[in-house]
Amino acid sequence: MNSCIGGRIQVAEAAAPSRWLASLGGFARRWPLGAASAVIIVLMLGCAVFAPVIAPYDPLETDFAAQFSPPTPAHWLGTDAFGRDLLSRLMYGSRTALLIGFVAAFLGATLGAILGVVSAYFGGRIDLVVQRLVDMFLAFPIIILALAVVSILGTGVSNVIVAITVPMIPNCTRVVRSSALAVRAMPYVEAAHAVGGGYARIVFRHMLPNVMAPYLIMLTAYVGQAILLEASLSFLGLGVAEPTPAWGLMLRGAAVEFAESAPWMAIFPGLAISLGVFAFNLLGDSLRDALDPKLRTL
Amino acid sequence: MHRYILHRLLLMVPTLLGVAVIVFVLMRVIPGDIVEMRFAEGRFFNQELVEKERARFGLDRPLWRQLVGWLWGVARLDFGLSMWSGGPIRHEIAIRLQLSLQLALMATVVAVLLAIPLGTLAALRQDTWIDYAVRVFSIAGLATPSFWLGILMFLFFLIVFQWIPPMVFTPFWRDPWQNLAQMTWPALAVGYRYSAVAARMTRSAMLEVLREDYIRTARAKGLWQSLIVRRHALKNAMLPVLTVIGLEFAFLLGGLVVTEQVFNLNGLGLLFVQSVARRDYTLVQALVLLMALVYIVVNFCVDLLYAWLDPRIRYQ
Repeated sequence: MNSCIGGRIQVAEAAAPSRWLASLGGFARRWPLGAASAVIIVLMLGCAVFAPVIAPYDPLETDFAAQFSPPTPAHWLGTDAFGRDLLSRLMYGSRTALLIGFVAAFLGATLGAILGVVSAYFGGRIDLVVQRLVDMFLAFPIIILALAVVSILGTGVSNVIVAITVPMIPNCTRVVRSSALAVRAMPYVEAAHAVGGGYARIVFRHMLPNVMAPYLIMLTAYVGQAILLEASLSFLGLGVAEPTPAWGLMLRGAAVEFAESAPWMAIFPGLAISLGVFAFNLLGDSLRDALDPKLRTL
Repeated sequence: MHRYILHRLLLMVPTLLGVAVIVFVLMRVIPGDIVEMRFAEGRFFNQELVEKERARFGLDRPLWRQLVGWLWGVARLDFGLSMWSGGPIRHEIAIRLQLSLQLALMATVVAVLLAIPLGTLAALRQDTWIDYAVRVFSIAGLATPSFWLGILMFLFFLIVFQWIPPMVFTPFWRDPWQNLAQMTWPALAVGYRYSAVAARMTRSAMLEVLREDYIRTARAKGLWQSLIVRRHALKNAMLPVLTVIGLEFAFLLGGLVVTEQVFNLNGLGLLFVQSVARRDYTLVQALVLLMALVYIVVNFCVDLLYAWLDPRIRYQ
């Protein structure tokens, strides 16, 4: 009897992971592009988290004996002008990219969403003022605004995060506001009013959760954009500062000067940027298909 | 309609005024000014000389007077002189605008030629491998930094042809070949990203239009597929595509900060970065105002085009 129960439990346990795998397979079949992007993102996260364990070299260690080494078994992706191992620098660089990408995207999308919902909820004069302010900031090209903020605050990881967050806020405010206007007209918001719900309660409990779809889509797309913007700023020498390993900075370094003699220095960091941004954009796209098919491209 | 146009034109004034104030304040918040930047280059400076230079640029006046003085000039379309070069700002911008405008136009041509056929094809063959290929192509376009694409192009030319594009800008009317030999590559690099944005919009707009009743009617009465697509679907799907093309165009005029650097193009984006680094207040302010104006005017034109192309849209 006992063994029978034990046997049954074993069967159930064996079935659980396979069912789980099956549903994962179903997801991959339904959204193949989304599944592919998820795999890339998990790989990137793995690189970032386990960089000290899996990176073959110290990213800052210079080795002048191995300067400009082309890809070899010792240095899979070659080395740079200081003999630093490119693969290790790329792995540590994913930390910088993901940190800046996630934090800037989260701050930009969240502040934008709150501002958008508040603007839609109160309407009238507040809405008018917020929307005119948004108009003004939208008239600046994103990179110009980011450059201005960096010039004021100086370079470095936390300043770059602020510089990327600022131009994202107005964009998200606009998108979330239009969804929030529809939510505001819903009977449940009226009902919340009728039972005496306060402003803060209605905005945070009833309206914000219902604009989650555009918020999540903007958030994922922003991670990619933030990584791209960070790379551009670092490439200009106005982003992350040496010797922090960052992909844009690796391209700036000697890559352009030595492109002819050491093309690997120019190719791999750019590939890393493209692949990372690609994965987050793809995920954002698949999320949009899954959550809100009517919402158009950002 | 006339009232709507007038209303929109009037709304531009406070927005531009806001942009002007924002950029004026931002520039003053950035540490250091033009005088310090100038003297940082030379070895010697004494306080008296610094004060004298500041007075020459009017930087010793109270902030609000500087702002009012500048705005008054802008209102009369007088942008003043560049603090760095001493030349008239209108001239400084005009010589770069030629290059930036040409690049933006060429990139637009690349984008339209790529995006509309690809986006339409993807929508017509939704969820087939063609659709996936177009989507991957366009998402990759959004993800690839144009400046890196530029570096790769240089690498390719160097390694395969031992040739690099000319580095000095020649106006098109002086030597078209020389001009195109330089401008084609940045136009392609930028145009790829641009076409990705437009192709995505074409696809989603087409998908929406293809589900409309009048398309079903057209099919039901036995019209050819190609006629339905060209005459009925594409025309209506073009509206949102027009919006993104317009907005991207506005962005291209001043936002190509990094790409211009890689291709060694002396355009508005590079001018902006240099002017910020030099704290050339008057030039940065004029540039930002110009970019904002282009963005606002393009937006306005797109809205008007909507009403003109789609008789169902009439603004009150």
